[in-house]
Amino acid sequence: MDKTPQTLPRQNWTFSNEINSEIRRAAATGIYDIRGGGAKRRVPHFDDLLFLGASISRYPLEGYREKCDTSVVLGTRFAKKPIELKIPITIAGMSFGALSANAKEALGRGATMAGTSTTTGDGGMTDEERGHSEKLVYQYLPSRYGMNPDDLRRADAIEVVVGQGAKPGGGGMLLGQKITERVAGMRNLPVGIDQRSACRHPDWTGPDDLEIKLLELREITNWEKPIYIKIGGARPYYDTALAVKAGADVVVLDGMQGGTAATQDVFIEHVGQPTLACIRPAVKALQDLGMHRKVQLVVSGGIRGGADVAKALALGADAVAIGTAALIALGDNDPRWEEEYQKLGTTTGAYDDWHEGRDPAGITTQDPELMKRLDPVAAGRRLRNYLSVMTLECQTLARACGKSHVHNLEPEDLCALTIEAAAMAGVPLAGSNWIPGQSGF
Amino acid sequence: MQTIDMASTELRELNSTLQAQAGNGDEAEWVIENSRGSHALAVGLDAPIKVTVKGSTGYYCAGMNKQANVHVTGSVGPGVAENMMSGSVIVEGDASQYAGATGHGGLLVIKGNASSRCGISMKGIDIVVHGNVGHMSAFMAQSGNLVILGDAGDALGDSLYEARLFVRGNVKSLGADCIEKEMRPEHLELLADLLERAGADASPQEFRRYGSARKLYNFNVDHADEY
Repeated sequence: MDKTPQTLPRQNWTFSNEINSEIRRAAATGIYDIRGGGAKRRVPHFDDLLFLGASISRYPLEGYREKCDTSVVLGTRFAKKPIELKIPITIAGMSFGALSANAKEALGRGATMAGTSTTTGDGGMTDEERGHSEKLVYQYLPSRYGMNPDDLRRADAIEVVVGQGAKPGGGGMLLGQKITERVAGMRNLPVGIDQRSACRHPDWTGPDDLEIKLLELREITNWEKPIYIKIGGARPYYDTALAVKAGADVVVLDGMQGGTAATQDVFIEHVGQPTLACIRPAVKALQDLGMHRKVQLVVSGGIRGGADVAKALALGADAVAIGTAALIALGDNDPRWEEEYQKLGTTTGAYDDWHEGRDPAGITTQDPELMKRLDPVAAGRRLRNYLSVMTLECQTLARACGKSHVHNLEPEDLCALTIEAAAMAGVPLAGSNWIPGQSGF
Repeated sequence: MQTIDMASTELRELNSTLQAQAGNGDEAEWVIENSRGSHALAVGLDAPIKVTVKGSTGYYCAGMNKQANVHVTGSVGPGVAENMMSGSVIVEGDASQYAGATGHGGLLVIKGNASSRCGISMKGIDIVVHGNVGHMSAFMAQSGNLVILGDAGDALGDSLYEARLFVRGNVKSLGADCIEKEMRPEHLELLADLLERAGADASPQEFRRYGSARKLYNFNVDHADEY
């Protein structure tokens, strides 16, 4: 019974099962894949960096006795009323419409308990959100859905959104399934249509115009509110410099791992730069203009824990923002809904059809029954806990590096595990003094 | 009537004075002299006051206006009455790009011509242009009425939602999903009222109506060529 040895069936790396499934889906439907979330591909990230810690040349701070400050003030350049945060972690902009009212309320509750800010999104400001958010940043978006001067004045800061990391150069999308009567009313649109948000602002086209737009916004709000400019991780050096030139108080920089409510998968995975690659060019732009720490830099896109926070700060950010991680803290992609994820053809951790409005966790939905599943009080408490843990972790790392304020972390506290990360972060490859592109090699 | 001379008054002082009229409930009249093309003039007003700007303005004149009636004797730069909520803005001269952009309410009258993207993303505002409008006017216009007594440039009403467009002159081309529609009695009545309020000497019967074909409201791969 000799049997000829057989070669194991070999899958094609180029045409993997995953790729082939997308080809079949495209062939069957004739439309590109739309999904929520950020880039899923592996890109160099904060995990590729390590803190060196204190040693003989630097001494650490005592973990439970010596203070390590985490406070941040945003908007010190022009605003009469800068935002004072207890922690260097904010909640990124996410719209009512993309998220349920309960989810928005939970974000406000959690952020407020933690002493930080939350942010509106494309679709305007809801009373629930304003009521439960002690510090609320009002996004000023190309669509201007729900935009009005009263909400502008009752915000604590204004964020002019130029782009986001998931889709630099792209607009928004909210499919008809989620355009309920309330959502449609806030956006002046018919119920049930696919809502497209423009990718460019309707009344300014470049940095010179933007400067005048900021003047108008400041004149309307008595120069009280800090004005943030949010950019996607496209050309971080020039975009940061132009944002400063236009008069930003704060630059919010969102890398490609930053999430979106919905856009084309091809956009999410193939446009923009990893967060890690964006920070140093942005910081350099600020430094070149003499504005580092004067115009604050908030970094977002793939922030998951206190280590990511500490590393972003060490690279020069003043604060970070979280979106996807905040939703997970609320209950998104929780294993308790696995059975229902299976019915939707997906699984825990992979659920990203946020645009379809059938979220079992009741977060990315407008379905009244599904929404009920999210208790905004309990979810807000989970978010507060998570923010507290991140802050404690960040402090732990900062103390280990001998820092009495998390802003004292610096690139010299870091090394990189890979050449790519070393080049992007501008820190030496571990075990060497080699910073690719900088050390003469 | 009170006068503010921009030759000797800072923009901040001008706007804060006018904004401070909110809640006063009076119908005071203000005159702004020497506007000299200033940006962000008379923005964020929220009172039923009458403001006359003698001369021309820069960007965003009367931006986000509520209740106030603003009258500009010259021409205006980009974004006049952007995001207006209520009240009225009347411009004797011409308007640059994005006139009335994203406006939610109120009446904007341009007695001269308006440049490109007039009424872009409008959300309930009424705009009457006595002259012509440039290309891409009423792009993604959601609701409200845009009345054009002259001609319209290329791609009028591209990706239109529920806004109504009325044109007396020629339309160079229509944008994606914008079509000519029947002028029904309710439209003639609406148009007559708008023309009267805008001081326009024209008959509603001379106009044609354009609106959304609503083919792009929900994505359909067979309509992909429209984009």
